[in-house]
Amino acid sequence: MTLLRRVLPHPFLFLALLVMWLLMTQSLSPGQIVLGALVAFGGCWAMVALDPEPARIRRPLAIARLAGRVFVDVFRSNVAVGRIILGSDEQRAHAGFMSLKLDLTDRYGLAVLAIVLTCTPGTQWVHYDPTRGILTLHVLDLVDEKHWVRTIKQRYETLLMEIFE
Amino acid sequence: MSAAPDLPLWAALLVSFFIVGGALVTLIGSIGLWRLPDFYARLHAPSLGATLGTGAILIGSMICFSVLQSRPLVHEVLIAIFVTITTPVTLMLLSRASLYRDRVEGRTDVPAEDPEPTEP
Repeated sequence: MTLLRRVLPHPFLFLALLVMWLLMTQSLSPGQIVLGALVAFGGCWAMVALDPEPARIRRPLAIARLAGRVFVDVFRSNVAVGRIILGSDEQRAHAGFMSLKLDLTDRYGLAVLAIVLTCTPGTQWVHYDPTRGILTLHVLDLVDEKHWVRTIKQRYETLLMEIFE
Repeated sequence: MSAAPDLPLWAALLVSFFIVGGALVTLIGSIGLWRLPDFYARLHAPSLGATLGTGAILIGSMICFSVLQSRPLVHEVLIAIFVTITTPVTLMLLSRASLYRDRVEGRTDVPAEDPEPTEP
């Protein structure tokens, strides 16, 4: 393991870059695999120079469940926001800011949560205060704040804490 | 030039469904930019095009070219991944910059402090 780490500091990044290279060239020929491996190798060592905080990712099952939930929620909120846009003026007047306390503190977990919340139409990540652990959001359909707090904490935060903490 | 007539009927229908559906979702998102009342509400509209709109068009593209070339082509997945990772960065920068400016200008329609956290 240590030898592998010494030659190849970020094995998952290496694999991801290699797969990306092969997808972009749309080829599985030995030449492209060698070229892709070289590019991925260079990418891994460039990452060493950036010295990222090590990430511990566990529970692939939880990752799959999170991906499934996000997929479903993105679809549902697309429909919900589409209705608000095409609906009456009154429906569009409920937008507003809200805050909630997050128990998740891992920076990679927070990054994933930020991507999920911002990618989902209807919720927009605005500000996170790391000293108090408080996240400020802008929500398009802010009728029941508690509903949003429950959704974020139960649907995403618990799974993210399982994966990253 | 046009390769579309080579598509079998089932594939043509499926591809049109996804492409037109994706375009429609993106159009609704763009209409939202015009109909929503203020800047922060408008920030929610482009993510329709960036998620479901892009997704449906990419699925249509995957089906179309996989059928035409008789082998699975999935490199569109890369587009989906990179759009998903990069769009939030822009939207977060925009929302924070706007909130900062509105607070400095002392506008009353944004909260001067972050609101108190809601208990679940």
